[in-house]
Amino acid sequence: MKFTLPWLQDYLDTSADLPAILDAMTMAGLEVEEAHDPREALKQFTVCRIVSAAQHPNADRLQVCQVETIDGRREIVCGGLNARPGLVTAYAPIGAFIPGSGITLVPKPVRGVVSNGMLCSGGEMQTDEDPFRLRIARFEDWQPRAQALGLSDEQAIADGGILELPDTLEVGSPVADALALDTVIDFEVTPNRPDWLGVVGIARDLSAKGLGPFKLRHVEPVPGKFPSPVKVRIEAPEACPVFAGRLIRGVKNKPSPDWLSSRLKAIGINPKNMLVDVTNYISIDRCRPLHVYDAARLKGDIRARLGTADDSFVALDGKTYASLADMCVIADDSGAIGLGGVMGGESTGCSIDTVDVFIESAYFDANRTARTGRATGIISEARFRNERGIDPHSCVEGIELATRLILEICGGEASDVIVAGKVPEGPAPVAFRVSDMKRLTGLDMPAKRMEQILRSLGFEPVVPPKAQHDSDTVWTTRVPSWRPDVEGSADIVEELIRIEGYDKLPDEKLPAPATLGVVVTPLQNRVRTARRVLAARGFLETVTWSFMHHETAALMIGGANNLQGALTIDNPIASDLDYMRPSMLANLAQGAQRNADHGADDVRLFEAGPVYPGDKPTDQRMHVAAVVKAARARDWQGQPAPYNAFSAKGDLLALLHALDQSPDKFQIGPVDSAYWHPGRAGTLRLGPKQVIATFGELHPGFLKQLRVDGPVVAIELALDALPAAKARPTKTRPVLDKADQTPVRRDFAFVVEEKVAAADITRAASKADPKLITAARIFDVYRGAGIGAGRKSVAIEVTLQPRGSAMKDEEIEAISQSIVKAVTKATGASLRG
Amino acid sequence: MAIEQQVAEIEADAGKAIASASDEAALEAIRVAELGKKGRVSLLMRELGGMSPEQRQVAGPALNGLKDRLTATLNARKADLEMAALNARLEAEREDLTLPPRFEPVGALHPVMQVFEELAAIFADMGFAVAEGPDIEDDFHNFTALNFPLGHPAREMHDTFFMKPAADGSRKLLRTHTSPIQVRAMLNSKPPIRVIAPGRVYRKDWDATHTPMFHQIEGLVVDETVHMGHLKACLTEAFSRFFEVPTTQSRFRPHFFPFTEPSAEMDIRCDRSGGEIKIGQGDDWLEILGCGMVHPNVLRSCNIDPERYQGFAFGLGVDRLAMLKYGMPDLRPYFEADVEWIKHYGFKPWLLPTVTGGLS
Repeated sequence: MKFTLPWLQDYLDTSADLPAILDAMTMAGLEVEEAHDPREALKQFTVCRIVSAAQHPNADRLQVCQVETIDGRREIVCGGLNARPGLVTAYAPIGAFIPGSGITLVPKPVRGVVSNGMLCSGGEMQTDEDPFRLRIARFEDWQPRAQALGLSDEQAIADGGILELPDTLEVGSPVADALALDTVIDFEVTPNRPDWLGVVGIARDLSAKGLGPFKLRHVEPVPGKFPSPVKVRIEAPEACPVFAGRLIRGVKNKPSPDWLSSRLKAIGINPKNMLVDVTNYISIDRCRPLHVYDAARLKGDIRARLGTADDSFVALDGKTYASLADMCVIADDSGAIGLGGVMGGESTGCSIDTVDVFIESAYFDANRTARTGRATGIISEARFRNERGIDPHSCVEGIELATRLILEICGGEASDVIVAGKVPEGPAPVAFRVSDMKRLTGLDMPAKRMEQILRSLGFEPVVPPKAQHDSDTVWTTRVPSWRPDVEGSADIVEELIRIEGYDKLPDEKLPAPATLGVVVTPLQNRVRTARRVLAARGFLETVTWSFMHHETAALMIGGANNLQGALTIDNPIASDLDYMRPSMLANLAQGAQRNADHGADDVRLFEAGPVYPGDKPTDQRMHVAAVVKAARARDWQGQPAPYNAFSAKGDLLALLHALDQSPDKFQIGPVDSAYWHPGRAGTLRLGPKQVIATFGELHPGFLKQLRVDGPVVAIELALDALPAAKARPTKTRPVLDKADQTPVRRDFAFVVEEKVAAADITRAASKADPKLITAARIFDVYRGAGIGAGRKSVAIEVTLQPRGSAMKDEEIEAISQSIVKAVTKATGASLRG
Repeated sequence: MAIEQQVAEIEADAGKAIASASDEAALEAIRVAELGKKGRVSLLMRELGGMSPEQRQVAGPALNGLKDRLTATLNARKADLEMAALNARLEAEREDLTLPPRFEPVGALHPVMQVFEELAAIFADMGFAVAEGPDIEDDFHNFTALNFPLGHPAREMHDTFFMKPAADGSRKLLRTHTSPIQVRAMLNSKPPIRVIAPGRVYRKDWDATHTPMFHQIEGLVVDETVHMGHLKACLTEAFSRFFEVPTTQSRFRPHFFPFTEPSAEMDIRCDRSGGEIKIGQGDDWLEILGCGMVHPNVLRSCNIDPERYQGFAFGLGVDRLAMLKYGMPDLRPYFEADVEWIKHYGFKPWLLPTVTGGLS
């Protein structure tokens, strides 16, 4: 919302300067976006007078002028057709910044003649081209030059020239003063305050805030001279409860007077003609949208009704709107002629030739207006106000104000005011519990101050005698009709503290809570730990979109048949971000590829975040996933092993260790999703079904679909699927049971069928004597000569931990035998000879 | 020959030999030749038995002394030789230590996640627990319970992502703010409540300063006495701690949110004169969060009696807050998984924000 300072001062008697006004606005909740002082932008431009103008020696279009300026007599080169001796115009000195052309003046020769400044056009100063209409009025004075240059009158007028100012202005005075440009303030209107969409409403709040008296004169009604020949019927009171109208006949429409058109221009509204400008003016002034019809173009009575699918009309923006079902349509015998509260129609609009004008001042249901606005996409001052809920009691006042302005400028004769329908009830009175002020804000405000603030905002509290002021006292408070947002005691509290100032709020430390304990959940702690483990192991943390392309998602959930509508975004920001991700691995792989494309040769990324198997609140899962896309590292000490599935397993086991999960709890199984390499990836399972984690290479086919160059090795861990730690009554740990004997280590090499899982060998070995055997570790796998095709030799080191006494050779021999027996039984192995 | 003379002769002889011995084997040969079973000293000592007590009294100590001295000299020389051999070996083992170690990747944490933890540390210290909720929400939790009436223009402030409608016409949405977590916290627990709610939020907006997904953190306190004065002091303290600059100054001014009444925005003092924003100095103000007293309608929607309980809530964008604190100029790289960006703006994994050790 934009307004000018003098406009505000129509209703606010204030001596406050601009910073004080802006501060008061901000602290009252009117969030200032910009205060534009055109004087500031134009401060370099001063009034000058051309003394003489001679033809430039080297350029037909240019003249060399002697100019009387604030800096004394100056020679200035000028291309303006209207530059001539005696002209009073605008002067910019060397060094001035010209906003219209974006240049700073330097003393540079123009076709061989140095120009000591510039004579400016309105465009160069970004103001009106001919603010005093002098250039056009005095066209005959400069027509000869145009003719001498071979230009037609039309070309000359279109070409324009430099600014023409009244002869009475003093050389050296600021041009801005002559143009009487006002400071424009722009601020954000929060959706709860339609009244701030009128200058009157702004003035009322700033007055309450203490800037000065609020002055709003009562609008004297203009008595009607005749009954309105145009009748109005309300056929949809739910959409348009009340519609006031009046005909003014015999008007002479014309351009608005300067005071009105300059106010509109200052805030960015193009003046059209008096009848139209009046509606815009009152809309901004009072937040009272109006519409004017050319009565001669109306056919029959006006109806406010609900639209139908068959309705269509051409609006004032020149566009055709059809299928108006459920919208509030204004119609006459010809059909729809407007959308109530949003935009009028072209067929009945006013023009400069309008003689009989019918003024509409109605109240439209705010929600319906908003829906209509959204459906049609029409953006108008009327919609902006009506959809926020204007003052329903302002219909007749708006008409009277418009009548006065129109009669004053355009003449004519006003009919009676007709009012169809019934003004809706304004906001209901609020029971303001006085003690709520202290209860909600902590501030002790005297009852007198409360009453004063409320009355200054237009509220009418019923304040009981002083003796009854206790915590149960309730002031029944009438809410002004322009404040649809106020509906409860808390709203009144906001008004009081808003006007008193939030800086008056007490500073009170939040009391300590009853219990101070662990504030994060076990899952949140897991996320923290997992992130830190991976970062410590060389991974970079990313945050990637929660949504991805549905085709990518389909690759990860076993095909497009498994896509769910409930996980598909109906209105995605981009067509490739339309499905809630079932896994973040695709995002990570593609991210790794982007980095590789930029030359990164060792990319290790991870993300801890949500994935979405379903749309129910409990469906969302917390995963951590990582990818490695690394060029084969080279090292002067010898080629290191590439990051492979076993490296991923190492990182995964480190994660599990950090998360207090013993790896023994899990079994290694095959992958169950098509996006993993079937042979070089595995799962960690809790029981046969529940997959906790997957690690290994991503499927080359999947990577190809993602346009990612493989190999990419990945980890995916469902953090919320990990078993919870056992609750323990205390933090005491079991006593360390340190063995008193040195451990004994023995190596075995078993030859097994290729298909035997290596882990089965160590598991069987460990089970040979679980108490005595503390570790069984594979240290070599051999295939080839001496083993036989389809077979492999797996060498393990078994650690025996005796207790109490050292092991005798026979005992070691005996346990070795039982290890061999156990492994042979479990895996069909034979001891390698 | 007198025994003394013999001792002197052997000592001189052996001493010379030991000094010129170049390795352990030579030393051993000398030891055998002198002190071995048939060595010169041993043979002389064997003769002690046949001597008179007087002779023995002289010869015994002389021979024992000789034996001790030779042994010592041999040991000393042996140690010297060992030292020399070790030195020679070490000299041969010299490495070019300018060569690099094996490559080890260096990881880092994302700034947004770090800032979440910084805020959690501060608010945990004030007794706030961390609450969470789903990203895919329904209309009730995201709007209705938060006092957004149907069709109200306030709903237009949020450019909501909607999921495809279900068969019954209902459709879910991606939460536009973390406030539904507060609704869930109020529905699922009884006052007193003191939680912060961090999470991903979604709005259909993508330009230089907006991304369709971003992060918020909200706070909620509900009990029987908490008021705006507490809100002011709590947030003033929290953010003066957060920015970790010597001084911060904040102000509160009225604003509108459907879910709070009275509502406010909090600004902090800043300086924008140099093209970058400096917190805690200058003449400008920077809006950092929205807050207010929980609207009675919201309490009612969450089955909390607004006559008995009251509370305050606040919410802010974490991505922007991280940009402000750490001087990151652009929001968009947050979600691009760019390794250079993460390495540059990320945090070391062992930097755990705590109130005791500092946040950053």
